[in-house]
Amino acid sequence: MNLLQDLLEQPTGDPDGWDAYGDEQQERVGFFTDTSVCIGCKACEVACKEWNLIPEDGRVWTGESYDHTSQLDANTWRHVAFVEQRKPLIGDGNGDGSTGLRWLMESDVCKHCTHAACLDVCPTGSLFRTEFGTVVVQQDICNGCGYCVPACPFGVLDKRHLEATTDPPPAFLGRKEDGRVWKCTLCYDRLKGGHEPACAKACPTKSIQFGPLEELRERADARLAKLEAENWNGAQLYGRDPDDGVGGFGAFFLLLDEPEVYGLPPDPVVTTRDLPEMWTNMLAAAGTLLAGVAALTFLGRRG
Amino acid sequence: MPSLGTSFGRGGATTFQQDLQNADCIVIMGSNMAENHPVGFQWVMEARERGAKVIHVDPRFTRTSAMATKHVGIRAGSDIAFLGGIANYILEHDLYFREYVEKYTNAPVIIDERFVDTEDADGLFSGWDPEAGRYDIESWRYEGMEVHGAAGQRGEGFEPSGEQSGHGAAGGGLHHGEPPAEDPELEHPRCVFQILKRHFRRYTPEFVAETCACSVEDFVEVCETLAANSGRERTSAFCYAVGWTQHTTGVQTIRSAAIVQQLLGNIGRPGGGIMALRGHASIQGSTDIPTLFNILPGYLPMPHTLSYHKLKNFIDSNTSPTGWWGEFKSYWVSLMKAYFGEHATEENDWLFEELPRIDSDNSAYFTVQQMLAGNVKGYIIAGENPAVGHANGKAHRLGLAKLDWLVVRDVVEIESASFWYDGPEVESGELKPEEIPTEIFFMPAAAHTEKDGSFTNTQRLLQWHWQAVEPKEDCRSELWFYFHLGRLIKQRLEDSEEERDKLIKALRWEYPTHSGIREPDAEAVLQEINGWEIESGKFLTGYPELKDDGSTVCGCWIYCGCFKDGINQTARKKPHWEQDSYVAPEWAWAWPANRRIIYNRASADPDGKPWSERKRYVWWDESDGSWTGLDVPDFKEDKEPHYVPPDDAEAEEAIAGGHPFIMQADGRAWLYVPQGLEDGPLPTHYEPHESPFDNPLYAQRANPRRQQNKDLAEDPYNPVADEPGSDVYPYVVTTYRLTEHHTAGGMTRSVPYLAELQPAMFCEVHPDLAREVGLEHGGWATIYTSRSAIEARVMVTDRVRPLQMKDGRTVHQVGLPYHWGKRGLITGDSANDLAHMALDPNVHIQEVKAFTCGIRPGRRPRGPELPKFVAELREQARSRLEASAVEPPTPGRTSRTPSASGGRGEQDPRVESEEARKTSS
Amino acid sequence: MREELHPLSDLNGKPPGTTSWSGSITEAGTEMRSYYGRPIVKEPTWTWEIPTYFFTGGVAGASAVLSSAARVSGNETLARRALYIGTVADLVSPALLISDLGRPERFHHMLRVVKVTSPMNLGSWILLVNGGATTTAAMLQLLGKWKPVRIAASIVAALAGPPLATYTGVLLADTAIPVWHEGRHELPWIFGASAAASAGAAASIFVPPRDAGPARRVAVAGVLAEGALMQAMELRLGKVGEVYHEGEAGKLSWAAKGLSLAGAALLAKRGRKSRASAVLGGALVCAGEVCLRWSVFKAGFQSARDPKYVVESQRGRVEQDGTKATTKPGDSPAPPSRGA
Ligand SMILES: Nc1nc2c(c(=O)[nH]1)N[C@H]1C(S)=C(S)[C@@H](COP(=O)(O)OP(=O)(O)OC[C@H]3O[C@@H](n4cnc5c(=O)[nH]c(N)nc54)[C@H](O)[C@@H]3O)O[C@H]1N2
Ligand SMILES: Nc1nc2c(c(=O)[nH]1)N[C@H]1C(S)=C(S)[C@@H](COP(=O)(O)OP(=O)(O)OC[C@H]3O[C@@H](n4cnc5c(=O)[nH]c(N)nc54)[C@H](O)[C@@H]3O)O[C@H]1N2
Ligand code: SF4
Ligand code: SF4
Ligand code: SF4
Ligand code: SF4
Ligand code: SF4
Ligand SMILES: [Mo]
Repeated sequence: MNLLQDLLEQPTGDPDGWDAYGDEQQERVGFFTDTSVCIGCKACEVACKEWNLIPEDGRVWTGESYDHTSQLDANTWRHVAFVEQRKPLIGDGNGDGSTGLRWLMESDVCKHCTHAACLDVCPTGSLFRTEFGTVVVQQDICNGCGYCVPACPFGVLDKRHLEATTDPPPAFLGRKEDGRVWKCTLCYDRLKGGHEPACAKACPTKSIQFGPLEELRERADARLAKLEAENWNGAQLYGRDPDDGVGGFGAFFLLLDEPEVYGLPPDPVVTTRDLPEMWTNMLAAAGTLLAGVAALTFLGRRG
Repeated sequence: MPSLGTSFGRGGATTFQQDLQNADCIVIMGSNMAENHPVGFQWVMEARERGAKVIHVDPRFTRTSAMATKHVGIRAGSDIAFLGGIANYILEHDLYFREYVEKYTNAPVIIDERFVDTEDADGLFSGWDPEAGRYDIESWRYEGMEVHGAAGQRGEGFEPSGEQSGHGAAGGGLHHGEPPAEDPELEHPRCVFQILKRHFRRYTPEFVAETCACSVEDFVEVCETLAANSGRERTSAFCYAVGWTQHTTGVQTIRSAAIVQQLLGNIGRPGGGIMALRGHASIQGSTDIPTLFNILPGYLPMPHTLSYHKLKNFIDSNTSPTGWWGEFKSYWVSLMKAYFGEHATEENDWLFEELPRIDSDNSAYFTVQQMLAGNVKGYIIAGENPAVGHANGKAHRLGLAKLDWLVVRDVVEIESASFWYDGPEVESGELKPEEIPTEIFFMPAAAHTEKDGSFTNTQRLLQWHWQAVEPKEDCRSELWFYFHLGRLIKQRLEDSEEERDKLIKALRWEYPTHSGIREPDAEAVLQEINGWEIESGKFLTGYPELKDDGSTVCGCWIYCGCFKDGINQTARKKPHWEQDSYVAPEWAWAWPANRRIIYNRASADPDGKPWSERKRYVWWDESDGSWTGLDVPDFKEDKEPHYVPPDDAEAEEAIAGGHPFIMQADGRAWLYVPQGLEDGPLPTHYEPHESPFDNPLYAQRANPRRQQNKDLAEDPYNPVADEPGSDVYPYVVTTYRLTEHHTAGGMTRSVPYLAELQPAMFCEVHPDLAREVGLEHGGWATIYTSRSAIEARVMVTDRVRPLQMKDGRTVHQVGLPYHWGKRGLITGDSANDLAHMALDPNVHIQEVKAFTCGIRPGRRPRGPELPKFVAELREQARSRLEASAVEPPTPGRTSRTPSASGGRGEQDPRVESEEARKTSS
Repeated sequence: MREELHPLSDLNGKPPGTTSWSGSITEAGTEMRSYYGRPIVKEPTWTWEIPTYFFTGGVAGASAVLSSAARVSGNETLARRALYIGTVADLVSPALLISDLGRPERFHHMLRVVKVTSPMNLGSWILLVNGGATTTAAMLQLLGKWKPVRIAASIVAALAGPPLATYTGVLLADTAIPVWHEGRHELPWIFGASAAASAGAAASIFVPPRDAGPARRVAVAGVLAEGALMQAMELRLGKVGEVYHEGEAGKLSWAAKGLSLAGAALLAKRGRKSRASAVLGGALVCAGEVCLRWSVFKAGFQSARDPKYVVESQRGRVEQDGTKATTKPGDSPAPPSRGA
């Protein structure tokens, strides 16, 4: 009931469910992904796959600039977006005097939302809040109901459709595929061992900065101020504000264009924000159904 | 890297990547550093964050350009024009660092009066021998200097050049380290400074803009930015890689940058230097301890047949009287002791007579021609994939198919091992597996994770790596393979009395082995490379300890010190944040002597004081009477700044206290290179071997000294410039890498995590070109040259610029990554099937960064239709060429005659005449 | 799996349908307001079982009410048959749900926790309660034993039935799928109405016309209510609502309307007189309700697939209310979060 209370209150600070850790609670950590220094090397994508033993995600040439993995999904937990633009990086053309081009690159990842829809809606409790304030799928619990997939406002989670590598279901059920959902764990295993996440470790330019969230937010504010002073075009923080629709991202970004250009929703809202209202509404509908059917039945007896 | 070698004394990057953070301006040119050296690029980003200007000059807008504060798009193959333009701008506007130029470079030196510049001979330097197709370099030397070859064998009729001069070519014949004639005022008309000024005078901003197809404003901005960020208080660095080297003028391009950096006073100083970004994990190591045919470890020259006779004249002609090359004999003898142990003695001339000799160019491309001619019996390919990675892949595959036997050692079955059953020529019917006589052995190699060893990285840093897992099954390390191969050969020859086997029998071939597979101990090899004193068995601490009397062993003199004190210095892994300065000397070990910035005495002024507080690095400590600073001083520790060598001084002793370039005979950086280069003492703009343009400067269109294969049917060339038929191949094509793949792709196309990141071969074209020929984004294109045709997915992007030329023409560039081949998880056509084999004369590097091509929409013809298609186009071009009656070029012509026939007026007899061009097509 | 070549065609209004495109990718990047037209939210991974379950769950939930109400009102036949219909539906439902799982052998993990923030979790409990109660009642009915227990079970089933019939609306609404989340006000009502219609129609098929009067009324009223509610929802949805007129969702939506209205009309007009008409009418309404569930289901996929629905609705919101999701230079820095 704690959760419903939380929902009704719409708190903006701490991640839902985090306080349950009591003494074991750790400092909330996350990512500040600064796209203004991302060189699009995809080391993060590969490091993530290596560390987490993620299967290959298909070999499709998309023509979408240098991006051929296309999106976050069950088999891509870090994804680097590429957008070429006829726009200067800085001011009215300093970035590239002769062609006025810029090439935006952004390494996307699960946002580890303060109010995480995926976690809220998960019927099994497979998705849970860790002591670090992050959101993780427990692969031994997930039953592949798929509810978290459309619940995530960022389209992060997806079901893995591959032969199972571990824990195969009994054959009589006729399912061979993995069937569970997967996403970034913020390298929960590495955090537990006192290491930084694999993607951040691999990033050569510190585009992916890992650390205590509060510290990252301050760093991001300073960075935004610097880019503003240097007249960079389109610089903005995304998901930094604890007052946004998901209570602030645990992994937030500095972007150089509007979020949707990178495939991010411009105003994400945790779907469960409206849940109390939805439940109330449903109860009304249910009541009406009860009353209506009863009434119509009795009507018949009389008439 | 003979360009850096001849300019500064050592053939390696002058600085290290971590130091780039101190730069006030970084020019990245001829490299796509962010994509190909992403980890080192963090220091460029760091500099940018600290306010440095980052300039990227590249035909394409790349991931590096995206990070730069300025990108200038230029025409591929026009770099010397651009850099020469910078030199001219600096000279014209008096923006050079006067004191540095005067004291630390050879600017004041007066040159022989017989020297004639290209500006006066329409594109040729004095000494051009049209018969031989090469230069006699006598007239290039310092005035008043006797002829003397150093670090080479000039005295014996063989000139040191290429890799042989890559490390410390010496001026030779200098008395106590000073050139005979100098003008400190830099005003003598024949002093280097004035020659330089005249040489680049025509490289005005307008000329640059026209030749490179950039804007005057952009160019001037680059010059101004560079100049504003150089001098006492500020420093600028250059980073380059193969965007510069892979041209028929590659070495001279780097020379141009060396000139600019000398004029600006940026060598040997923090935040300055020329960062040569090298390739494979240990490519620097593979020239230091070479896999090349013409040098031995530490850039010691491989004896030539012409110097067959005596050790004495070999030593004499390679010893410079002054500078560190004065100790040549110590390096040589110590190497022979490492090879042959007690078998090499003073009495038998350290076995000099038995050593194998080279007789001519035995580089890879030359060897392929020999294969095609049927002159090569067997071949070992290890750690290389020529069928995909070398220019003109088809010629390579056809050549390999003529061998008796071929050994391929690789971690995967690469195209060079499988071409005989799945190569493009099998598909086209040009090769039939059952008719190929070659017996091919594929030997699986252990990867770096499966063995101990060291890599010498791009900044001369030796870094040790340990085995993580045992190699699987039959996979074996290189060390294992060559050790046991040698062991078995020695075993077989044990009883041989043959003269020719003497040397092999004399080889020291004892290394401890371990584990079940009897893996040789890699550290034992490193110990031998470091060397020891024979009597005491003590490890040497550095090359000054080497002796010429056979009392020391050293496998590579420049690496001497890497096992100092019996400790594997290369295995040190103390991070910089646990050390005193960013220089982090306790992380691994750099040659020479663990120095990170070489020539760092130049970071202090002639008096030994830092040029400025902001840029202090190494300085003279008056109280201590020694050089000190953040790095290991690249100078004799106790040599005073005002030391003047006595008249009889030799070797290192002969270098004055104010001359930081201690490997050079005169202790200075060379703006002008009197010796050591094949194609001129100064860089000058030539067009690429294949380009759609004439040389705007001279009748001499391309580098006269470039190596071509005029008689080779397998290497036909496209008509160029306004030659009739050149319109069949009207576009400029350049090839390059992607972060997601590595070189010929054997290591990355087979890895799912990388394969999915760039899953298909593609070409990058500008929307205007797409419109012009009807290409659609996402569709297919066929790209063709006289050699072959390939297909690629089309990426229509503004990142590749069209070239607006002065004559109103718009010429388009086509960009091609070269990572694809027939095998692996993702397959595609190889860009190198399009390339030709004309080479830079100094280092025999192929010109894959600028040649010409045609392009049309759709997929290429399959099977036998493919060679037919290529031949038809070639025929088309040829018939146009034929239709315009061609006069043979007139050798020796000095003035430019515009030729109605379109003949290019090449003076080099080796340059393919139109006739030859026809027969070869 | 992804298509071989992702069509860039939907970019910036360029004509769709071609695999390659004659513009430059740079031009596309400059103008695009989404990432190459790729979806922002993921389409659900659910397959045919889910919309089918919506139908069966609706039948089960509303049948429980119908059965109890009929019993109280003395219509034993209707009460019994509705009970059996509900039982069958209640037994089919979990099978469908389990079959849709990626790891069916772990279906019981649904019941590890009780979680009010998860409609699927609560729904599982509701289904368990309703299914258990209905089945118990039906068994006891068949056996004719333990009447008090049967009555208690029936009451429980009747109370759990309406939530079972309507929670699925919340289930869909509690996602980031634009057309579902924006339809959150109406969806439970629509599903309730549809459940009534389905249960009524099903009973009309299996109950002799004489006793099926209430069922027919419930069916007809359900169809009418549902039609009105759909209209209301589309009005509220605005632009996103267009998915109900496009593609598969559009076709299904028309089919739903046509079939259920025709069925309702038939039931109303001739259901009492002709058993055949009652069966046909009931079947038509049921078919219509299946289509309705499918059209809502498909509409969700369609609205997820095209990023414009996410971008446009959120942008609209941003323009009205501003957003805290982005912090632009000059925005007052956000306060540090509580606690941390
Ligand atoms: N990820 C990755 N990293 C690598 C490698 C790899 O294959 N993949 N290879 C390694 C190896 S072996 C090497 S040698 C290095 C090479 O590193 P780089 O030299 O950076 O490699 P390239 O991409 O071949 O070429 C660099 C750039 O030169 C540009 N260019 C082409 N022609 C010209 C020209 O005429 N003038 C100028 N100024 N620029 C030109 C190209 O557009 C390209 O952007 O990278 C090493 N690092
Ligand atoms: N068109 C075009 N052509 C080019 C270039 C270009 O820019 N454009 N660049 C040129 C440059 S700079 C380079 S360096 C070359 C690279 O060309 P290559 O050297 O021919 O290509 P690689 O794929 O790097 O080949 C190295 C091989 O070594 C194998 N290998 C890895 N580790 C080991 C080991 O420990 N032992 C053994 N035996 N094998 C191992 C790998 O699997 C791989 O197949 O390409 C050149 N060709
Ligand atoms: S981004 Fe999506 S998957 Fe990640 S925590 Fe938020 S709701 Fe969950
Ligand atoms: S798919 Fe797995 S993680 Fe997602 S909601 Fe269902 S049980 Fe939870
Ligand atoms: S934190 Fe770990 S799991 Fe998440 S994207 Fe980075 S590497 Fe992958
Ligand atoms: S590793 Fe860092 S720089 Fe490279 S793509 Fe990822 S975020 Fe960008
Ligand atoms: S591949 Fe190795 S050498 Fe190249 S950038 Fe990465 S870490 Fe450095
Ligand atoms: Mo290389």
